[in-house]
Amino acid sequence: MSQERNLARALTAHRLFWPVAVLVALLVLNVVFTDGFLTVQMRQGHLYGSLIDILRFGAPLILVALGMTLVIATGGIDLSVGSVVAIAGALACLRISDLTDQGSVTGVLAAVGVALAVALVLGAWNGVLVSVIGIQPIIATLILMVAGRGLAQLITDGQIITINSAPYKLIGGGYWLTLPFGILVVTALVALTGFLTRRLALGMFIESVGGNAEASRLSGIRSSGVLIVVYTFCGLCAGIAGLMISSNVSSADGNYAGLWIELDAILAVVIGGTSLLGGRFSIAGTVLGALIIQTLTTTIYSIGVTPETTLLFKALVVTLVCLLQSPSFRRKAFRRRARPAPPPPAPADGPSDASVSDVTAGEGREETVRNR
Amino acid sequence: MAEPAPIVRMSGIGKRFPGVKALDGVDFRLLPGEVHALMGENGAGKSTLIKVLTGVYEVDEGRVELAGRPVAFSGPLAAQRAGISTVYQEVNLCGNLSVAENIYIGREPRRFGRIQWSKMRRGAKALMDRLELDVDVSAPLASCSLAVQQMVAIARAVGVEAKVLVLDEPTSSLDAGEVAQLFRVMRRLKEEGIAILFVSHFLDQVYEVSDRMTILRDGRLVGEYLTRELPQVDLVAKMIGRELAALEKLEGRPLARVAEPLIETRDLGRPGGIAPFSLTIRRGEVFGLAGLLGSGRTEIARLLFGADLAGGGSVQMGGKPVTLRSPRAAMARKIAFCSENRRAEGLVDELTVRENIVLALQASRGWSRPVPRRRQDELVAKYIAALNIRPGDPDQPVGTLSGGNQQKVLLARWLIMEPRLLILDEPTRGVDVGAKAEIQRLVAELSDGGMAVLFVSAELEEVLRLSHRVGVVRDRELVAQLDNDEALTTDALMNKIASGVPS
Amino acid sequence: MTETTATLPETRLTFPRKYVPVAVTAGLFVAMLVAGGIRYEGFASGQVVLNVFVDNAFLLVVAVGMTFVIVAGGIDLSVGAVVALSTMISASLLADPGLPAPLVIALVLAAGSLLGLGMGAVIHYFEIQPFIVTLAGMFLARGLCYVIGTESIPITDGTFTAVADARIELGAGMWISPSVVIAAVVVLVAGYVLHYTRLGRAVYAVGGDRQSALLMGLPVARTTIAVYTISGLCSALGGLLMSFYMLSGYGLNAVGMELDAIAAVVIGGALLTGGSGYLVGTVLGVLVLGLTQTILSFEGTLSPWWTSIFIGLLLFVFIVLQRFIGVRRTRGGAPVATAA
Repeated sequence: MSQERNLARALTAHRLFWPVAVLVALLVLNVVFTDGFLTVQMRQGHLYGSLIDILRFGAPLILVALGMTLVIATGGIDLSVGSVVAIAGALACLRISDLTDQGSVTGVLAAVGVALAVALVLGAWNGVLVSVIGIQPIIATLILMVAGRGLAQLITDGQIITINSAPYKLIGGGYWLTLPFGILVVTALVALTGFLTRRLALGMFIESVGGNAEASRLSGIRSSGVLIVVYTFCGLCAGIAGLMISSNVSSADGNYAGLWIELDAILAVVIGGTSLLGGRFSIAGTVLGALIIQTLTTTIYSIGVTPETTLLFKALVVTLVCLLQSPSFRRKAFRRRARPAPPPPAPADGPSDASVSDVTAGEGREETVRNR
Repeated sequence: MAEPAPIVRMSGIGKRFPGVKALDGVDFRLLPGEVHALMGENGAGKSTLIKVLTGVYEVDEGRVELAGRPVAFSGPLAAQRAGISTVYQEVNLCGNLSVAENIYIGREPRRFGRIQWSKMRRGAKALMDRLELDVDVSAPLASCSLAVQQMVAIARAVGVEAKVLVLDEPTSSLDAGEVAQLFRVMRRLKEEGIAILFVSHFLDQVYEVSDRMTILRDGRLVGEYLTRELPQVDLVAKMIGRELAALEKLEGRPLARVAEPLIETRDLGRPGGIAPFSLTIRRGEVFGLAGLLGSGRTEIARLLFGADLAGGGSVQMGGKPVTLRSPRAAMARKIAFCSENRRAEGLVDELTVRENIVLALQASRGWSRPVPRRRQDELVAKYIAALNIRPGDPDQPVGTLSGGNQQKVLLARWLIMEPRLLILDEPTRGVDVGAKAEIQRLVAELSDGGMAVLFVSAELEEVLRLSHRVGVVRDRELVAQLDNDEALTTDALMNKIASGVPS
Repeated sequence: MTETTATLPETRLTFPRKYVPVAVTAGLFVAMLVAGGIRYEGFASGQVVLNVFVDNAFLLVVAVGMTFVIVAGGIDLSVGAVVALSTMISASLLADPGLPAPLVIALVLAAGSLLGLGMGAVIHYFEIQPFIVTLAGMFLARGLCYVIGTESIPITDGTFTAVADARIELGAGMWISPSVVIAAVVVLVAGYVLHYTRLGRAVYAVGGDRQSALLMGLPVARTTIAVYTISGLCSALGGLLMSFYMLSGYGLNAVGMELDAIAAVVIGGALLTGGSGYLVGTVLGVLVLGLTQTILSFEGTLSPWWTSIFIGLLLFVFIVLQRFIGVRRTRGGAPVATAA
């Protein structure tokens, strides 16, 4: 038994080990190529430095990935976050541009409120499609992914809405308490998510539904409620990220804001060790994953490779991480069987009970012997 | 009468899995033109033997001969090419394709690489006619009834010039008319000289259709018998492993106490699952459900927990009608259910022992009111100690525990809910002897404390040792409800299970 | 015959359910044509319809490849990137070493197929979700575009410009481009493969129930790898057609084309869970998408983003339609069918 426990520990350690190792490697690479990479300076009461920049530019991605983590933990996926990012930014900027005084705090708050409310509604829409109507998540969210882009452009009328609002600028580009405001927002949301999922019981329900939906049902968990909450939260995160992105550039671009951010977010989640099949999730891993992606972008800038090559690196990283996480690859590559592969997800209708009992009976025999 | 030479002869078959010997020196033969039933309880080795025959598993010991020549198949495909086809209980066909395609896919008639659809449809039609089935062969398979799908699977199997047809529990999801249809097809194929290996949990069906049977128990051969020469009672005795005469007299539980009814069902049933049944369980009573696998025991348990929707009938608790439309509704009525299928329907493997134990309690409180950590620790520590769960580390993923300990975790999950009715479906299966005794003692204690327990088990001794009353389920029907008094013996129960009539 | 009749006589009288989605799409297409013809002057001409083909020939070819993948229960996100990569490879090879056009075409087709083959192999042998693998493929292909160059590269090669300028007159002032002919040939060949070859039927079987297909002894590995290879090949060919159309190579070409292709296939009635779908449907799906754009251009006042809103709406309607009256399935999607 203690051997099994060690193995389990080794595996959990393994989960965050690779993301941390990759992040450290990237940072080391930067230290070699960039002078003063690790320096953090205080200028005019604000913190500056490459590390701060990574956090600041990575903030929207961390947010989107945060919501995505919970969705993926339930065994789903949300492709529509990029569109929600664009819609939220577009709505907020549109409302602000209509204000007579763009510096009005109440006006900006109202605009932000409207944008976030719409983001919540869009998230809930996805949740309803998945849980109530029972559409596969990838397809359900594809609808909003396609239509949302159009909606965002409809809001901006195809233009780039430029605004000049100091209070709005704060969200993505401003500073507060010496730190970039975005970092504070992210910290607060990560903490909130941590609280909801780990201090309250939401995380357990999510992992339970993602790990074994039928067992969860038989334990009395209302899985459709959990799903709606999770997709709604994902929409909210994407909405806030949209505000940050548009605030940072003081404009809203319905076409390009948040384009492909869903892919980066999914990538961050996967790098962070959350399986696309659902179940256990790691918020810390996701934050690490998002930071890796952001650092990768920064690194490529700083070592002087054309920024476009980021994609090649990303392709490489995705492939590597996914291969390392694939039980089948590990089995084939390392020729050892640390643990049997998890059983494939049960078909929707499930095999009829008799055959399952036969299987369990077989297992039972095995276990009986092992126990002696 | 001279027997024809066996088409399949397996001798001294041994198959070992890590930690367990699934088959040990099993001999088996199959004659052309016979329906041969392979009998045995769960884990007796039936599936393993079939998988060895059809090339899914390699043999560790012994030899397999087909038509007198030793063979070693690399897989089901190779076996199929050699003339051994298998039809499983779950129809392994593609519902999106037409009936004709399902019969022919992979070996479609072609000319210059082009599939000849009309020829294929004609061939399929001819095959279905041979099986006396009137089916539109160009309709998608999914639009056909399960029975027809099963026949199509058989048609596919015999279409490959099968000499041996293995039918692994083909009838478990069919209704009576569909079973009759299947049996007609089987007889027809038998007349054509095909050897049929038939596995079923329904004894009547075995007696109706089979000529000969081979009984396995615990991976060993019990014997080969002519069906007409082996009475049902003897068959059950051989499967369960006790000769009737040798059955020890069991210490009976105290007589059923007279207490107020906790739950009463009236004609509760579910089409295709269990025939309508009326049953009363009283406070502090252990009600045992005995029956073979697939007899409908689990269906009764699931209906009482709201895991499946009832097709009709009513339930009363405390004299008032209630509807158990979901597990949540049942939980609100203080009903708890430990599924026989720990892996698929009980535990969430990735969660820890602690999380699995508090899952139902937490679910009943909702996500916003977490069970305080201290309370969790208390509860978990209490039940780890009370049920002797090992290892006692609450933060270990539950998937790493042994079967017996997983079962105890599941029990703990429901015990902290303090249910009034605890439904235990095969709680001691796949559990080692020590844990089994612990679980049995626990059930007795709980009922002494006033909890009603519905105890489902295939082990008659266990049922008799624990229950105040026993229900017998047979062929998806609750056929008897008996007081567990001096008169009730395993013999009597076995007779009930075997034939439905009291001895 | 005894009382246990297995036939479903009523199904013979009704319209086969499996054709409902395609019929709905066809009806939609006709309705759009009629509505456009009534509303706009000069809409109801043959050339307007032909132009839908001319402008969407490359999308059609890409969607054909996507049909294979989706019917097999997978998804391919890399197609847009592979199209872009193909335009880049052809433009750069034609410009710099000045390779002859036929050689360039062969190289481009080989590159696309190879990429698809690689992705298919990873998906099958390492059991990684197609969604992720083709996402990596998408990054890879776009990345390679930028490695070749970040600017647009013009194509001046004689063969390419000749094909680009060629018009095949159909009489009465109507014409099509050679790309349309190529796309039509691709559709016909693909239709033949899907309907009349063992590979094609295996694609349906694998998409319908992967586990069963395995047990029925079908070559699941070969089929899975083949569909991604076909999709890669079609994307490369689509890229070539796009090069003819644009006469340039650019790394930002065909951004989001994977969505258009997926939408076309779904609108054409294929189930994203696999096992069902017709090439005719895909063609109709592409036509509906193309006609949507035509109508918007005729409308003039309606902005182009209505296209994506409209496509999203169509997707929603078709997916819900499939969910409720769609094909009854015996079992849930095979593992390969779900990226989630």
